[in-house]
Formats: sequence, structure tokens, C-alpha cells
Amino acid sequence: MISADIIFTIVLLPLTASIIAGLFRQSIGDKGAMGVTTTGVIMSALLSLYTFYHMAFKENAQPGFTEYLYTWISTGDFSVNFGVMVDKLTATMLLVVTSVSACVHVYSIGYMAHDPHRARFFSYLSLFTFTMLALVTAPNLLQMFLGWEGVGLASYLLIGFWFKKPSANAAAMKAFIVNRVADLGLLLAIFTVFLTMGSLEYTDIFAQVNALHTEYFSFLGFDIHLLSLIAILLFIGAMGKSAQLGFHTWLPDAMEGPTPVSALIHAATMVTAGVFLVARMSPLFEFAPSILEIVTWVGGLTAIFAATIGMTQHDIKRVIAYSTCSQLGYMFFACGIGAYPAAIFHLTTHAFFKALLFLGAGSVIHGVSDEQDMRKMGGLKFALPVTYFIMLIGSLALMGIPPFAGFFSKDLILESAFMSHTTSGLWMYGLGTAAAFMTAFYSARVFYLTFYGKNRGDEEVYKHAHESGLVMLAPMFVLVLGAIFSGWALHEMGTLDWWQGAIFIADYHTGLEHAHHIAWQWKYLPLAIVGLGGLFGTIFYLWKTDLPVKVSSSLGLIYTFVYRKWMVDELYNGIFVCGVKYLAHKFHKVGDVLIIDGILVNGVAKITNLSGIVMRRFQTGYIFHYAFAVVLGMCALLTWLVF
Amino acid sequence: METINTNMLTILTFLPLVGALFMVLIPGNEETRASNAKKLALLFSTVTLILSLAMLSGFDASNPNMQFELNKGWISSLNANYHMGVDGISILFVVLTALLTPICILVSWNSITKRVPLYMAAFLSLEAFVIGVFCALDMLLFYVFWEAMLIPMFLIIGVWGGENRVYAALKFFLYTFLGSVLMLVALVYLYLENGNSFDILSMHGMYLDTNVQIWLFLAFFAAFAVKVPMWPFHTWLPDAHVQAPTAGSVILAGILLKMGAYGFLRFSMPIMPEATYIFTPYIYALSAIAIVYTALVAFAQTDIKKIIAYSSVSHMGFVTLGIFAATVESVQGSVMQMINHGIVSSALFMLIGVIYDRMHTRDISRFGGIVNRMPLYATLFMLFTMAAVGLPGTNSFVGEFLILTGSYGAEHAQLYVVIACLGIVLGAVYMLSLYKRMIMGEPVTQEIMRLKHMEKREVFMFMPLVALVIYLGLAPNAALNVTEAAVTKLVADYHIEVAHMEKDDLQIAYVEDK
Repeated sequence: MISADIIFTIVLLPLTASIIAGLFRQSIGDKGAMGVTTTGVIMSALLSLYTFYHMAFKENAQPGFTEYLYTWISTGDFSVNFGVMVDKLTATMLLVVTSVSACVHVYSIGYMAHDPHRARFFSYLSLFTFTMLALVTAPNLLQMFLGWEGVGLASYLLIGFWFKKPSANAAAMKAFIVNRVADLGLLLAIFTVFLTMGSLEYTDIFAQVNALHTEYFSFLGFDIHLLSLIAILLFIGAMGKSAQLGFHTWLPDAMEGPTPVSALIHAATMVTAGVFLVARMSPLFEFAPSILEIVTWVGGLTAIFAATIGMTQHDIKRVIAYSTCSQLGYMFFACGIGAYPAAIFHLTTHAFFKALLFLGAGSVIHGVSDEQDMRKMGGLKFALPVTYFIMLIGSLALMGIPPFAGFFSKDLILESAFMSHTTSGLWMYGLGTAAAFMTAFYSARVFYLTFYGKNRGDEEVYKHAHESGLVMLAPMFVLVLGAIFSGWALHEMGTLDWWQGAIFIADYHTGLEHAHHIAWQWKYLPLAIVGLGGLFGTIFYLWKTDLPVKVSSSLGLIYTFVYRKWMVDELYNGIFVCGVKYLAHKFHKVGDVLIIDGILVNGVAKITNLSGIVMRRFQTGYIFHYAFAVVLGMCALLTWLVF
Repeated sequence: METINTNMLTILTFLPLVGALFMVLIPGNEETRASNAKKLALLFSTVTLILSLAMLSGFDASNPNMQFELNKGWISSLNANYHMGVDGISILFVVLTALLTPICILVSWNSITKRVPLYMAAFLSLEAFVIGVFCALDMLLFYVFWEAMLIPMFLIIGVWGGENRVYAALKFFLYTFLGSVLMLVALVYLYLENGNSFDILSMHGMYLDTNVQIWLFLAFFAAFAVKVPMWPFHTWLPDAHVQAPTAGSVILAGILLKMGAYGFLRFSMPIMPEATYIFTPYIYALSAIAIVYTALVAFAQTDIKKIIAYSSVSHMGFVTLGIFAATVESVQGSVMQMINHGIVSSALFMLIGVIYDRMHTRDISRFGGIVNRMPLYATLFMLFTMAAVGLPGTNSFVGEFLILTGSYGAEHAQLYVVIACLGIVLGAVYMLSLYKRMIMGEPVTQEIMRLKHMEKREVFMFMPLVALVIYLGLAPNAALNVTEAAVTKLVADYHIEVAHMEKDDLQIAYVEDK
């Protein structure tokens, strides 16, 4: 029996650890801070494992419960509580978040060993873990939003952790602000939900969905289908956090942070919050089919868009970052076609192998004196044999080669897309397969550029290239287990029944249900394509290493366009950054200084002053002047009265 | 006990004034006078704070009416009374004033060196008059406090201010005074209409023709809009802030701006509900412009104090939006936002003061990399930055959220709520860019390399504010419960009046049809 106390403990342990490490780092020292936070998160992870085991594998497991801690905000008709809602979706997320977080904490002990601000780093990591847990256990939209913004803060603090690096500071700010823009959608969704449903508790929302699905709502003068409006607003929020097309620009820049941060926040957990949100709100999204269509296409296009960029980048972490973006696209289009279980399944397996890849990349970077440019790597296979093995497993899992974890989940997504028998479903099957080709290609590229061939970097660095210590390798082994077995062990997640009501799929979505009826040639086609992608990668980067340059130069502008990330950053800079700066400048100089202050305020003062000067002239003190004025005035008055 | 209760507000109001008088009487040479004045001022203001907390603990939150009431004859020939009292709306402002004054004195401890006794006297009398404003239930009494408060504030800016202090002090004085004079006219009219009585409570719900209400509303609006300040009456504020000493900015942003919004709640809504209702769409528009426009202007500033000053205008835009949306949630949110802004912007001005005391500049290009020398300062700055951008878990989120969610369903307000949301993004833009440029990065100058750590006094003065940011962020009901009953009554009465007006309009239309 899982009690609420266990869940509260899971959530609050990292917070307590974070506060201790943050406030008392002077007295407990760096070691103490690392010990406290790591122990706290490992305990959380063990309790989460226990919870997950009980809810997922025990016979007659309880389907879930909600329990409140105390009332957060209550006034008028508005009331919202802090508490936990536990079902299988929560349990899955708890497991993913705490286990990856625990691995990353341990790994960081080694990775950050020489950093003077380690205590602060661990305090932030645990703070992040807490906010993420608050997000996934939230029983209502507002606590979810608290966690949502909290992970944004932690992400901001951790990206900018190396505060002396201007690029890191800029990236941190960019991440926060891009997310804030998307959060407006989430906020408006929350306002709309409260206004129309009178509550923000999930259970109350889901209870009313059926009754409200014919309602229309007047939004900015347009009458919009209420549930569709809420769904699209929620999805805008999700797009920001999960770096989907249009809101993706912050994620690659976020790689400026320390690598363990990238593994935990920008691969495994925080960026999947958007997918989690859509799955959590599936009872609502299922009543907004037109919005699901948008979700599908945004996901599918992100999957392919990010994959194209991933093939061209030179920074090892950026490649993996775009890969994350692309895989999140898979999860979203899975949600869009109603295969939420497949999406969450992929979220879970992806968390393990992507965190593994990032930690492996960190191990490489650590080994070659903080070099991240793959053009300066090569031939590291012998210097870093364990990392080589780890990256191999991670890459195979990412490519979706059986029997590694990624195969099960990605395959299920593509099958569901195909079997949904809708136009967009088929499109997604095509886009997903094409993106899988690219995934295989860039995975092979990273792998060969790093470990094979001749060393292209500094000879000194190569000579000193070294394998990471046990404290970094051990957590990676844990993730290796996840990357190998989680697909096979958790494949039941891919069925709706397993979720026991935590996810809702309407009757018109049949893709997932029929996924296993797919004809064998369509089932194995993506696998063949993946093989082809891997082969191309091998040809390009192992056998004929002069090919990439030839191909990229023959592609000319197209290559440059993709390499420059489709110019999205330049576009946004031109429109939004310059736009805001221009408006700010104009409002200040023209609005405030010139019009309000210059003309109106000081103008009034000047007129007063001027009239004072003029009036002073009249007050000469000579009686005959006044007499003359009186006579003149009387004349004027008489004239006016007479005529 | 009973006598303490009835005289509580009188004690709170006049105790600081007694302290101010003491300042003048302190004997000794320049140095001992200064040091004794500081200690005495701290003593008086701390006792006032403790008394105000005692009052808060004795306050019955379930009672929507005035408490600690005292009504005595004052000027019998005018039928003006010494009528004092607090309800849920005003009590928190009294406590906030009592809290910020000792903090202001700590802020000024070392940074003010000339004419210290006079300075302390000015602060204590300012505290007295401000508390008086929030407690006065007689319109003449209110007006006296309202105007009296200008004098110490004028002196604080004009005597202890920066290089351009005279311009700023005059601008502040004339701007607010011009608004107040119009209010005086309205006040005299109300006095005559109300059967030669200045009693504010008896004016609540009195019958006034709609046209009359419109004129009265505009006259009051002139005083309140300048004070808030609403766009486009806000340009005195950045000048005043920049020239004022740190503590002056704290009291200005923390308390004085709230008096305008308080005026809307105490006068405009209950006495002129119909006019309030008629002007609501215009106020929405002004609020939305204030939120977005001043947020952008804040982003364009190079003087760090001006950034915070403009952000105040932006944040007060939320307050006016919430008040005029007139739902329980939105008005509650507005009151909460005022308290929160009093806490957060005060802290931000204090942070700027701490660095100004060390570097004597406010030009943003002179800063950079402060975190390298002052990590605790950087942490505090981060906390209050996050509170300023309304991160959930901090107090500001609760206020902003309640305002927006409460206004979202109000008539015609939706568009403005959406625009106000843009202000939330822009808030993050200017605050984070301020943080990045000031705090992060490598130290840009030798001067920054030599910065001294924060002293104990400086750390101590932030602690109550830090505690409030987190406490009110996670348990806002502590404040919301105090104001709930009074706000509910205010909003309910307002809607009854508005409903009457609409019914009358329908009847007139009906009669005309016939």
C-alpha cells in the first residue's frame, strides 16, 4: 500500500537537502553539501522505485489517490491546495525523475570535483529535483504551474552556473524568457479553466469535460470551442518547456551549462514536462481533435527539423541537444494521434538512454580537457574504452536497434501512427521514419568522429586523455541497464489498460490499440531505414572521410541554411529582440521624455512661467496704466453689450 | 484593554510624531546628536511596529466593519471629527508602514551624514502622517494627513537627495499637489451634499446623481492617479526615485504609491460606484498601457534605480486593473499585490542603495561581476528578482495571479488581461537583463574587485523582507484572510449599486419608449 506520506517524503527530501546545502554550505563544507543532496535524492529514488513497483507490478494495485497537504491560496470562490495526486503516470514520472537525478548527482561528484562552487551546484540540482517532483505530483494546475516555473528557475540557475561565461549568462536568460513567453499560454489556460469550470483540481476538470465539450467561449472577440481553446493554450505552454518548433531556440543554447545539467534537465526530465502535461490532460485533449491535429504536426515537424540540424552541428552536446528536440517531437506526435501511452513509454526509455548519452559525452569532454568540438576529437576509443562502450549502448538505444530500449518505444509510436489510418497518421509514419534515418546517421557520426580515425585535436590533450573515475562511471552503468532493459521490461506501458485510468483515449483513436496488427513489412521498414542511416553514417565518417566535406560543399546554400539552424535565431533576433529594444527606446525617448515630460509636463510649467512673465509686465505699479486698462476694458465691454 | 483598543490608532499615529519632536530636542554636539537621533528613531519606530503587530493580532478578520474605532469632536464649527478606524483593507497598510519605517532608518544608518536629527524627524513624521491617512475616517482629517505627508517627503528628496534634487522635489510636490487640490474641491462638495458632515462611512452608498458622480470621480481620480501613478501621470516618479535617498525611495515605492490605490478602494468605489463603473474600461486601458509601456521603458533605462522605478509603475498597473475589475478575487489580488510590491520593490531599492553606498554610481555600465565579490548580495538580488517577476512560490505571484484570474471573467476585461500577461514576460526581460549586467560575469573594474562584503546591519535589514516573500508566497492566506471580509463587503456593495443603476437605466428607457 502506497501512502501519501511516502510521496510527500519523496518530494520533500530533495528540497530539504537543497536548503541544507544552500544555506549551510559554510558549516558543512563542500563534501557535506554533496553528501546531503546525493543521499537525499538517492533515498527519494529508492522510495520512488518502491512506489513504482507497488503500483505497476503488484496484483490488485490501487489505481491512485489524491491527498492534500494544506490550502495554498483561497479567497472568494478561488481555492487551491498543495498536495499530491498519485496514479501510474505520476509513479512513472517519479521513477524517471528521481533515478536519473540520483545518477546525475553521483556523476557530478566526479564531474564537478574541481569546481569551487560545488555546494551551490548540488543545492541547485536538488532544488531542480524538488520542483520537478512538485510538478509531476501536482493534483491541480496551479501547483503544476509552481513546479513548472520552479524547474524553469532551476534551469536558469544551472545554465548560468558558470557565471563568468557571458555566453552561459545569455543562454540562461534566453531559456527563461522563451519559456516565459510560452507560459503565457499556460497561464491563460489556467484562467480559462477556472472561469469556466470553477476549479483547478484535475479531478474536477476531468469530471466536467464531458458536460462542457459542446460549449463555446468568447476569447478576444472570437467564439472558440472551449476545450479546444484550453487545449491549445496548454499546448503552447508545453511547446515552450519541451522546445518544440518555434520555441526550440533556447534548448541548444542551454548546453552552455555543465554537462550533468544537460543530462538531467535538458534531456531526461524538464524538457519532457510538456509531454507529461499533454498526457496528464489527455481527458481534455481527447475532446479537442483539431488541436490534437496541431500537436501531431508540430511534433512531427520538430522531429524532422531538429534531426536535420543535428546532422550538421560540430559541438557534441549540441548534436545531442537537437536529438533531444527531435525525440520530443516523436513523443508529441504520438500524443497527437492518441497514443499517449506510447509517448510516455518513449519518454521513459529516452530519459535513460539520453541521460546516458549526455553523461557519456560529459565523460568524453572531461577526458579531453573540456573540448566540445568534435572536429578536434577522434581516435579516443583506446583512451576512453569504458566511455566508448557506454556511448555505443546509448547510440544504439537512440537509433532504435533491437533489443535496446529505444527500439520498443519508437517502434510502437511509428506503428501506432501507421495504424491510426488517418492522413496525418500516415504522414507521421513517413516523417518519423525519415527522422529515424537521420537519427541513425548523426548518432553514427558522433560515435565515429569521437572514437575512430586519427586524433584531430591538440596532441598534448590527446596524450593526456583519460578515462573517468569510478564515481562517474558507476552511475552510467545504472543508466546502461536502463538503456538496455527498460524497453523490454516496461513494454506493458505501451498498452492503455496498464495505465488504469491515468490516461484517457477516446474511441476514435484506434492507432495504439491496433498497433500490433501492423503488417510485417511496415513494421520492419523503419528498422531497415535506420540500418541504412547507420550505414550512411559509417560510409561518411569511417570509410570515406572526405565525403562529408564534398557533400556539404556541393549542397552549398542548403547546407549553410541547415548548419545555421534554419536561421531561426537570426529571424527571432531581427523581429523580437530588436523589436522590443526599438519599442523600449522609442517609448522612452519619444513617449516619456519628449511627449509626456517635454511637451505636457514641462510645457505646462513653461506656459505658467511664460504667462507669469507676461502678466508681470502689466503690473507696472503706475496708477495711470491701470486706469488706462480699466478704460480700455470698459470700452470693450460696452462695445460687446451694445452690438 | 478597552481604552487601549480605542486609542490604539491614535497611539500608532502620534507616537512617531512624538519621536519626531524629540529629535529636535536632543542636546549635544553634531556627532552625539546624530548617533542619538538614529537610536531614538529606531526605538520609536520599533515600538510602533510592535504595537501595530499587537493590533493585527487583536484584529477580528471575520468582521468586515471598522475596528479600533474612535470618533471624537475635532473642529466643531465645521463638524469635522477626529474619526479613526481600520478595516481589513487598511490594516495591512498600517502594518506595512510600521514595518518599513524601522527598516528605512537602518538603511540610512551610515549613508546619511548631514542633519541626521532632522532627517530622522522627517521620517518619523512621514510615518505618522501615512498611518494617519490609512486610519482617517473623516474626510477633512484624511485630507490633512494626505497633504501633511507631502512636507516630510518633499524635504527628504529636496535636502538629502542627489544632484538634481530640487527639480525632482518640486516636480513631485507640484504634481501631487495639483491632483490633491482637485480632490479638495470634490471633498467640499461631498461635505455639503452629506449634510455638512465629513464622515467617510456615512458617504458610502449616499445618493449622488450619475453626472455628479462623474465629476467627483474625475476630481478624486486626479489625486489618486498621480499618486499610484497611472500612465501617463507617472513621470514624476522616476525623477523622484532617482534623486531621493535610498530610504526615501523605499518609503515612496513601498507606501506612498499605495495611497492612490487605497483611495480608489475607500472613496471611488463606495461613494461613486456608478462613475467607477462607467470609467472602468478606460482604467483598464490605462492600466494595460502602464503595464506594457512602462515595462518597455524600464528596459531602455541605463540608471538602475530608474529601472526599478519604472517597474513600480508597471506593477501598480496590475493593481488598478484588479481594483476596477471588482471581483472578490481581483480586489483581493490587488491588495495583496500592493503589500507584495511594498515588500519587493523596497528590497530592490535597498539592494541598489547597498551598492550605491559603495560605488556612488547608478550607471549600469559601471557594474558587472558583483557576484565575484558579494555572493550573498547576489543571492538576495536573485531572490527579489524572482519575486519581482512573479515566480510562483514568491509572494508576488499570488497577487498577480489573483488579479489576472479574477479580472479574466470581468466584463470587457479579457483583452486587458491578455495584454497584462505580456507585461509578465517583459518583467522577466528587464529584470533578468538587469541581473545579468549587474551581477553576473567577470568583474568589470578594479572598483568591483575591491567591493566590501555586506555588513551585519545590511544583511539584517533584509531578513524580514526575505521571510515575508517566502511566507506570503507559500501561505498567502495569512494576508488574504485579514482582507477577505472587508473586500467581500466592498465588492458586494459596489455591485448592488451598479445593479441599481442598470435597473434605473432600463426603467428610464422603458418610460421613454412609452
